Amino acid sequence: MTDWIDIGTLADIPQRGARTVLIGGEEIAVFRTGDDQVFALINECPHKKGPLSQGIVHGHSVACPLHNWNIALKTGEAQGADEGCTPTIAVKHEGGRILIARPVAMQAAA
Amino acid sequence: MQFEIETQAETGPVAGSEDQMLVPMDDVREHLVVVGNGMAGCRAVEELLARDGTRYRVTIFGAEPYVNYNRIMLSPVLAGEKTFEQIVINDRAWYEDNGIELIAGDPVTAIDRAAKNVTAQSGRTVHYDKLLIATGSDPFIIPVPGKDMPGVISFRDMKDVDTMIDAAGKGGDAVVIGGGLLGLEAAHGLTLRGMKVTVIHLMDTLMERQLDEAAGWLLKSALEARGQTILTGANTAEIYGEGKVEGVRLKDGRDIPASLVVMAVGIRPATALARKAGLAVNRGIKVDDHMVTSDADVLAVGECVEHDGNVYGLVAPLWDMCRSLADGLTDQHSGYKGSVTSTKLKVAGLDVFSAGDFSGGEGCEDIVLRDASRGVYKRVVVKDDRVIGAVLYGDTADGGWYFDLLKRGENVADMRDLLIFGQAFAQGGGALDPKSAVAALSDDAEICGCNGVSKGQVVSCIEEGACSLDAVRAGCKASASCGSCTGLVQNLLAVVLGDEVQSGPKTMCKCTSFGHDDVRREIVAQDMRYIPEVMQKLHWSTPDGCSSCRPALNYYLLCALPGVYVDDQQSRFVNERMHANIQKDGTYSVVPRMWGGLTSPRELRAIADVVEKYNAPMVKVTGGQRLDIFGIKKEDLPAVWADLNAAGMVSGHAYGKSLRTVKTCVGSEWCRFGTQDSTGLGVKTERMTWGSWMPHKFKIAVSGCPRNCAEATIKDFGIVCVDSGYELHVGGNGGIHVRVTDFLCKVGTEQEALDYCAAFTQLYREDARYLERTAPWIERVGVDYVKQRIVEDEAGREALRARFLFSQQFMQDDPWAQRAAGANSDLHQHLDPISIAAE
Repeated sequence: MTDWIDIGTLADIPQRGARTVLIGGEEIAVFRTGDDQVFALINECPHKKGPLSQGIVHGHSVACPLHNWNIALKTGEAQGADEGCTPTIAVKHEGGRILIARPVAMQAAA
Repeated sequence: MQFEIETQAETGPVAGSEDQMLVPMDDVREHLVVVGNGMAGCRAVEELLARDGTRYRVTIFGAEPYVNYNRIMLSPVLAGEKTFEQIVINDRAWYEDNGIELIAGDPVTAIDRAAKNVTAQSGRTVHYDKLLIATGSDPFIIPVPGKDMPGVISFRDMKDVDTMIDAAGKGGDAVVIGGGLLGLEAAHGLTLRGMKVTVIHLMDTLMERQLDEAAGWLLKSALEARGQTILTGANTAEIYGEGKVEGVRLKDGRDIPASLVVMAVGIRPATALARKAGLAVNRGIKVDDHMVTSDADVLAVGECVEHDGNVYGLVAPLWDMCRSLADGLTDQHSGYKGSVTSTKLKVAGLDVFSAGDFSGGEGCEDIVLRDASRGVYKRVVVKDDRVIGAVLYGDTADGGWYFDLLKRGENVADMRDLLIFGQAFAQGGGALDPKSAVAALSDDAEICGCNGVSKGQVVSCIEEGACSLDAVRAGCKASASCGSCTGLVQNLLAVVLGDEVQSGPKTMCKCTSFGHDDVRREIVAQDMRYIPEVMQKLHWSTPDGCSSCRPALNYYLLCALPGVYVDDQQSRFVNERMHANIQKDGTYSVVPRMWGGLTSPRELRAIADVVEKYNAPMVKVTGGQRLDIFGIKKEDLPAVWADLNAAGMVSGHAYGKSLRTVKTCVGSEWCRFGTQDSTGLGVKTERMTWGSWMPHKFKIAVSGCPRNCAEATIKDFGIVCVDSGYELHVGGNGGIHVRVTDFLCKVGTEQEALDYCAAFTQLYREDARYLERTAPWIERVGVDYVKQRIVEDEAGREALRARFLFSQQFMQDDPWAQRAAGANSDLHQHLDPISIAAE
């Protein structure tokens, strides 16, 4: 069973941008791309933990604001020559609301 | 080797000269004579050479005194976007390398089929074994009084373009008769060259053969917005004038003054030569599937022919014909089956596409998408679950795909509900990725309309070793003419080669084939106003750019359109979006401005209070003579700024590609060595320059004497005061590569120092590439160039200064105060989860 958390509407997130949401003390970055798809990742670059939510969103990637690593929003994987992966969080778009899955680690703790 | 003179004529202007045709006596190959040195004639020869380079000896006659050029590119030449040299398809070397004799400027006037000779205007007679007629078409001149008057021309060849350019140089009014493609391109070119243009079109819809009524209306409105007068349903009665054109009178009595009239109502196949030779001619010269006329040794190709009852006036069918012709000449006999045509073009910078049948009719169903505010109209005509026609206006990216569906007759029932949204949506998967879109095209989908190159041909060119855009252009000519398919070719390169693509030497980023300077020039030239518009018009290969090009485009637009352009926050690096400096732990540092390095008890108290109130773990004096408060959370930033604003402080822009600090020493007010009031001048300089966005960070310093305590000679702009005035220095840098400034000049007064500073800053803003500091910029352009623009060109300096000050009106608005008042609050706040649902 998955806990779904309602975090707001598409309009709450700027296009080609991101917002953060705090869930159980964990900061989650919720991205909205140019084609209005929504993705959620832990708000930490796999490189030096830069806040991905503050990066430039292009296509389905975000460039980390600290060292410009490009992270694929769908998989959390670093692109190009860089290696590393940020945990992703399931998102669904239902009845105009955006719902994200409670992260697994926190579910176990809950 | 022995030679003999082949031609008998010795009296003509060309024959008898050193141009005489010398033919090796032992060359016993069949002689192919081509009448017409245009796109069809030369393409046919190219196709032939590609199949068998030695079988025929080739002679080409051309009526115009030029090598083979791309006639459809005459419009950019008229518009001043290209030179003649840039539209040449095959230069002299091509003729020489392939042993082709070119007789240019000497039109063929007669064919003697019995003797198998052609005779040219000069009297030169040449024997042929095979004759290819590729005379193209003639402009249609409407039979109205005054049609032969000086000042009335057509739009067909280089000579017409030269005439129009000359006429435009004198300014005044022009009338273009004909609102088809050719007429509108002539009108666009003349408008760009400064003439006041009226287009007269007989029908009610512009380009009615390519566009339906709705798209024609959008086009008309857009052209009117560009300053042209468009009269539809207008019938020309006469062209009047005393000795030369003075105007055009319509049948309804309206009278339009004009010193130039361009007749562009249509073209008709040039068949006079063939008709005179007794060949079968209907509307065009009749040919069979192998492009053979009623005489087995005479072939014809291009716009002059009629195949199966059809005459074509577009370039794409010509490529198909040339392939069948060359196959026939080399005994392969593929046979031409007629062409389905599509038109994808730009009229006055507006994208237009049409294909197939869009006239409607029984069983036809229309799927239409309109987005009037974006100027987009799409209509796809479907019959029996197959696409039979399409009209696109404003966004033609999917034109190739619709055309591909149409030609293949593919059943679209399964994707019908998404069809109008284009390939990415209808076929899924690639909604945002242009690469997967091009990968999904079929091999015979056309990539380059100008040169008739299919996807399969581009791919094989790449597979044969072309690993850059230039190599593809050289190899198969795709993207070598108008360039509108450059993005497609680049995506194909990426698809085929992956990371092995060699980009050009200086493209802006991987999203584009253009360099920084090209992009900036086009932004200004085409009056572009939005980032997506730049990406669309310059064929970006990615849907919304990358973290390199987006901030650059945002800056270029901001610089080009002060007060007009709306800054795109999502194209700003984090620091500029948050108006603070991000630190490695994700918190921010905050640097309030201290004018010229001066501060006061009130400011210091406010800073101390902020440090305590928000538990800032560190405060540090910066290298730029101000205080940096560390460890502020993004949620607290607006409150911190409000507190600092309350004490009269504004953003120090310590985070921006912008004016940072103006560093000063104490100067003549206190220092025993000081020669001028360096502190006061520093404050004035900072008051003038603060808030301006730049290609990169920009630092200023003012030293009160040559001891230079403010280190002005490693700043972007440095002022060193001396007894007799102010020495101005530019292009210094104290970073990784320390660079001492270049001396610009010396001025006598504070006001001059400020004026030169403003002018230099603006020159840097307009000239340097994004993320280029003044030091590398000056090394690139040379300090002499900077001196010429700032010191020698007095009027230019004044204009630069004025542009800077104009732009500053819109920039000196404290971003902190805006944020403290609640602007962009979502950037600082977490989303608030409102409920938890379980399933």
